[in-house]
Amino acid sequence: MFRLAVDIAFRHLVAHPRQTIALLLGTVIGVSMFLTISALTRGSEGEFIRRLVDSAPHITISDEFRRPRVQPADLAHPAGAVEVRHVKPVTETRGIRGYAQVLDFVRRQPGVKATAVLVGQALITFAGKEFAVALNGITPKEFEAISIVGEDMKQGSLDALAANPNGIVIGAELAKTLSLHLGNAVNVVATNGQVRTFRIVGVFRTGQVNYDTSQTFVQIKRVQALMNRPSRANSIVVQLDDPMQARTIAERIEAQIGYKSLSWQEMSENLLATLATRNVASYTIISAVLLVAAFGIYNLLSTVVGEKQRDIAILKAMGFLGRDLELAFVLEGLLLGLAGVAFGIPLGMFFMYLLGDLKLTVPGMGDEPISIPLDWGLDQFLLAGGFALVASLAAAYLPARRAARVEPVAILRGAV
Amino acid sequence: MSEAVLRAVDVTRRLRGDVPVTLVDSATMEAAPGDFIAITGPSGSGKSSLLYLLGLLDRPDGGEVFLQGEPTSGLSDSQRAALRLARIGFVFQSYFLLPEFTAAENVAMPIRRLGRVTGDAAMARAAALLASLGLADQARRFPRQLSGGQSQRVAIARALANDPPLLLADEPTGNLDSRASALVFEIFERLAKEGRTVVVVTHDMDFARRAGRNVRIVDGRITD
Ligand SMILES: Nc1ncnc2c1ncn2[C@@H]1O[C@H](COP(=O)(O)OP(=O)(O)OP(=O)(O)O)[C@@H](O)[C@H]1O
Ligand SMILES: [Mg+2]
Repeated sequence: MFRLAVDIAFRHLVAHPRQTIALLLGTVIGVSMFLTISALTRGSEGEFIRRLVDSAPHITISDEFRRPRVQPADLAHPAGAVEVRHVKPVTETRGIRGYAQVLDFVRRQPGVKATAVLVGQALITFAGKEFAVALNGITPKEFEAISIVGEDMKQGSLDALAANPNGIVIGAELAKTLSLHLGNAVNVVATNGQVRTFRIVGVFRTGQVNYDTSQTFVQIKRVQALMNRPSRANSIVVQLDDPMQARTIAERIEAQIGYKSLSWQEMSENLLATLATRNVASYTIISAVLLVAAFGIYNLLSTVVGEKQRDIAILKAMGFLGRDLELAFVLEGLLLGLAGVAFGIPLGMFFMYLLGDLKLTVPGMGDEPISIPLDWGLDQFLLAGGFALVASLAAAYLPARRAARVEPVAILRGAV
Repeated sequence: MSEAVLRAVDVTRRLRGDVPVTLVDSATMEAAPGDFIAITGPSGSGKSSLLYLLGLLDRPDGGEVFLQGEPTSGLSDSQRAALRLARIGFVFQSYFLLPEFTAAENVAMPIRRLGRVTGDAAMARAAALLASLGLADQARRFPRQLSGGQSQRVAIARALANDPPLLLADEPTGNLDSRASALVFEIFERLAKEGRTVVVVTHDMDFARRAGRNVRIVDGRITD
């Protein structure tokens, strides 16, 4: 019976070539659009997340606590409404206490690389101009393994810091602003007024103008000295083999050591929420395209079932069952869907190929042309194909049910 | 009694509407192998309605239709469909050929549905049936390429596809000229001679006269 039903469905489609081709165009375009836009959505999402992940450490442990320390008065009156006035905070050397132990603990987590950083504010002065920057005290070897800055060196290297205790690495934008070159000496003024001279041993360009302007790197010992914070670090940056694990690992670390541990996801919650909204919007649009195609199938099959009442009646009189006819018409929808997938996937791949070949220059991103990120993953194809088949099956189902319920006697009596 | 292919006992069919109509009123009749029966009557007397009941297309409100001795009122829709497929052939006034299929494919349709033989064997049997009705050259044609008389013979071939003992026809010559009608009559006559039971609704008095037996129906009642 299955072959016979396929035969009937196929003949109906072949017998109405114009309708069939129009519908096929609809499903083909629907499937190809679905595939292209889905690949584009996923591709740009992946690219966006990669940039997000790369733009900051996967986890940053800072010398803060999420909950302020409990005041002694609160401890004494746990149930009371305590107001403490004129509290004078103790001046203390800020930073992560015993950061070496913390670092040890963090490094014991699987799939984790970590290094300690002491960041402070400073002014860079050169030739009478001055510029506020973040002075990152790092351990060059460790930091290089973790940060993308090491890969984005235009001149010199992070490693040169290890050899040269008075070296500094700056961003290309800052170099441009202050007309600095490799080998120049600059003065760095700390917030407490201490001044020290550094020699430029490296210039990096990450492509993010803000980062390339404001970040500078020197040996951690120099920053500790400059800021009077011996043996301190105020953050530990962590890089993970699997960035998607950042949230759970950050929670685990914070639960253990108490210091605030911020995952990249937590840091960019707004952006991720925007991304999710954008995905919903994309998929709504492309689903709408396919639903229109599916509605076309529904329309055609409704018309066919209406026009074929006599054929359905004679088949049922002959001894065909309602479910035979239901099967035939569902198969008709499925055939349309399959043909739509068969032609739509290659067409979509063609669109994807064209898009992938495009080179765009984006203002503010430098002169390097970027290409449009596309996700060529198998799941894109399965999603587009699966959605098209499900939609065409669903579209065929109602007309098919109607065909199954045709009463032969009512048709035979009326037809002369 | 047991030799009857078809037996209707007190079969009644009513329509319950605002104005209730009795389509068939206590009809009793019997048909044995080799019988060639013409059902006649005025227009609207219930001839078609009776034929649908005899052919298990419709269910009676009262009485019983026996097919080869088996009562049929207790059967499910799909059981009745299975009986129609294997044991009853239908021919209608307007042929009802499927326009997307060739003559041979139309004839093969019930054979393939029954599924007892391969598709090739079904097509071979269809071609043989068409040839036996003088349509060897028309086997590969589509219905729109056939004359009325040829179409009706294709429909008869299709009705015979699964070699049923019972053939039911409703005004099979209603759309045909006299030559084509005569041919159809001869075919039915021959089929009856071969031992099939042929029941034909007709308002062609000449056709009825030449049939083996007449059943006349007026206002849903069989009068003789
Ligand atoms: N669905 C229906 N609703 C109301 N009346 C109906 C319906 N179907 C049939 N009838 C009536 O039932 C009667 C019997 O109809 P039937 O078709 O069996 O007559 P018939 O003898 O075959 O007529 P004809 O020679 O014109 O084909 C007619 O009077 C017809 O008008
Ligand atoms: Mg009639």
